[in-house]
Amino acid sequence: MSINSHPRVDFAVIASLIEPGSRVLDVGCSDGELLDLLQTTKNVDGRGVELSQKGVNESVARGLSVIQGDADSDLKYYPDGGFDYVILSQTLQATRNPKYVLTELLRIGEKAIVSFPNFGHWRMRASLAINGRMPVTKELPYSWYDTPNIHFCTINDFVDMTKEIGAHVESAVALNALGQRLGFNMPWGFWNLFGQQAVFLLRR
Amino acid sequence: MTKATRPTAYRASKSQEATNPHSPVVEFGVEKPLNLDSGISLSPFRIAYQSYGTLNEDKSNAILICHALTGDQHVANVHPVTGKSGWWEMLVGPGKPIDTDRYFVLCSNVLGGCLGSTGPASINPATGKPYALDLPVITIADMVRAQAMLVEHFGIKQLFAVVGGSMGGMQVLEWASSHSDKVFAAVALATGARHSSQNIAFHEVGRQAVMADPEWKEGRYLEAGTVPRKGLSVARMAAHITYLSETALHNKFGRNLQDRQNVTFGFDADFQIESYLRHQGNTFVERFDANSYLYMTRAMDYFDLAAEHEGRLADAFAGSKTRFCIVSFTSDWLFPTSESRTVAHALNAAGASVSFVEIESDRGHDSFLLDEPEMFSAVNGFLRSAARARGLLPS
Repeated sequence: MSINSHPRVDFAVIASLIEPGSRVLDVGCSDGELLDLLQTTKNVDGRGVELSQKGVNESVARGLSVIQGDADSDLKYYPDGGFDYVILSQTLQATRNPKYVLTELLRIGEKAIVSFPNFGHWRMRASLAINGRMPVTKELPYSWYDTPNIHFCTINDFVDMTKEIGAHVESAVALNALGQRLGFNMPWGFWNLFGQQAVFLLRR
Repeated sequence: MTKATRPTAYRASKSQEATNPHSPVVEFGVEKPLNLDSGISLSPFRIAYQSYGTLNEDKSNAILICHALTGDQHVANVHPVTGKSGWWEMLVGPGKPIDTDRYFVLCSNVLGGCLGSTGPASINPATGKPYALDLPVITIADMVRAQAMLVEHFGIKQLFAVVGGSMGGMQVLEWASSHSDKVFAAVALATGARHSSQNIAFHEVGRQAVMADPEWKEGRYLEAGTVPRKGLSVARMAAHITYLSETALHNKFGRNLQDRQNVTFGFDADFQIESYLRHQGNTFVERFDANSYLYMTRAMDYFDLAAEHEGRLADAFAGSKTRFCIVSFTSDWLFPTSESRTVAHALNAAGASVSFVEIESDRGHDSFLLDEPEMFSAVNGFLRSAARARGLLPS
């Protein structure tokens, strides 16, 4: 499967940000699909951390170096600068302490790649404004009471937090509902309204 | 070195296996002493082993299996004493995760054991009598040193993998720490980097049971012609409980009575669990040497990999290029997942490549010896990936 036909559209963007042959840690790597993709197409030295036992077992069975662990509590065991990139794909919103996790990512990795669903997308806003209910979408199908996603943010919120922790945004990509990249020269406010998800490349 | 053979005459006696085993044996003479952690130099000594599969031309396809406390080298062949099939035949064999069509698989009886390697039941060349407690105390590191000498005897520069569970897992971690350049991949199952206080406590109960048996004769029972049957049996019964889980015991036995309708208001084995434990104790005595049990349990008690590195476990693996696969089981209370997680975190901190899987099972510590498909798929996936990296499989 080529990168571009991949169903998880953020994977293609993440892969495009990674230099071949680099050391990569994927935090919240699920069943290891992204790591597998990066090893195959970018020849990375990849490691993963995953909370769910099922995801870990599937990852290890496909030959990946993945350990069972929690982004909130287990990143402290990794040495400073041990990786070129630390990836957090669609996981930030499920962490208990996103600011701490993001700080840790940039301690462990020279660079961090973070993808997350944008709660500022117009559909989210419309759902709340018009229906008066917490949004439930195809991409975020959970009801408010059983969602693992406890810390949603908007693109603007995220940009604010990067400033707070002193991280530099090296590049950022917003994707619309079709997984297409939004225009480069648009202001954050435009992305925040029309980006369904965002991928940020950060450095210390 | 004798020719590799499989045991054919079953129901050999355990004393026969201790001194004249059905396994090939490598003798290390006075020119190759083994310097033990205790400061004593052991010489001569010998190591009995079993092997499966064929060593390839560049000797890069060898897998060393390290056995557990009461295990032995008979991984995938009929046991010479019990007549039962090998203890890891589900994992080791043609087409199995440890594929004997692809790998040369080696397993030796540990130093201090009782299936042919030098142990307390072996004859002390200085006295012409069994060593008994005159054998120096053996540590996990000593076992590994002896294995390293065996591996060198085969001309193997680097093992493709070292694999083991429980005490075998301790040996795997010791291998990866003190001989890291000789280990390409390491698989440690249901184990830890140290023996916990609770585990030492259970071992002490076992040892005291053995030593309280009048037939133990201060360890000189072989010369006296006695067997500390009761003591060793009780030790095994107590230990066996720690290998299972409450759920497993309850599911298997509950409060069911053994061949009777009512309790007998006496101390016969009324309950099935009592009968089962007595059976476990009795059969163990038939195949295992009591003094060897003392030495094995002591070796585990002394194991503390972090202590050898000023309390920093990560330092035990500093700079390691070995790929690790750590596996724990949810219901294992002897080596709970937290012990494995500690190892995984130390490996992370050392920047080593590590996979860590916790497998859902209600069968306790012994899960690693049982039919656990998730364990097989994890070990299989890990070894196949390592084999590709080592050039043993096409990438």
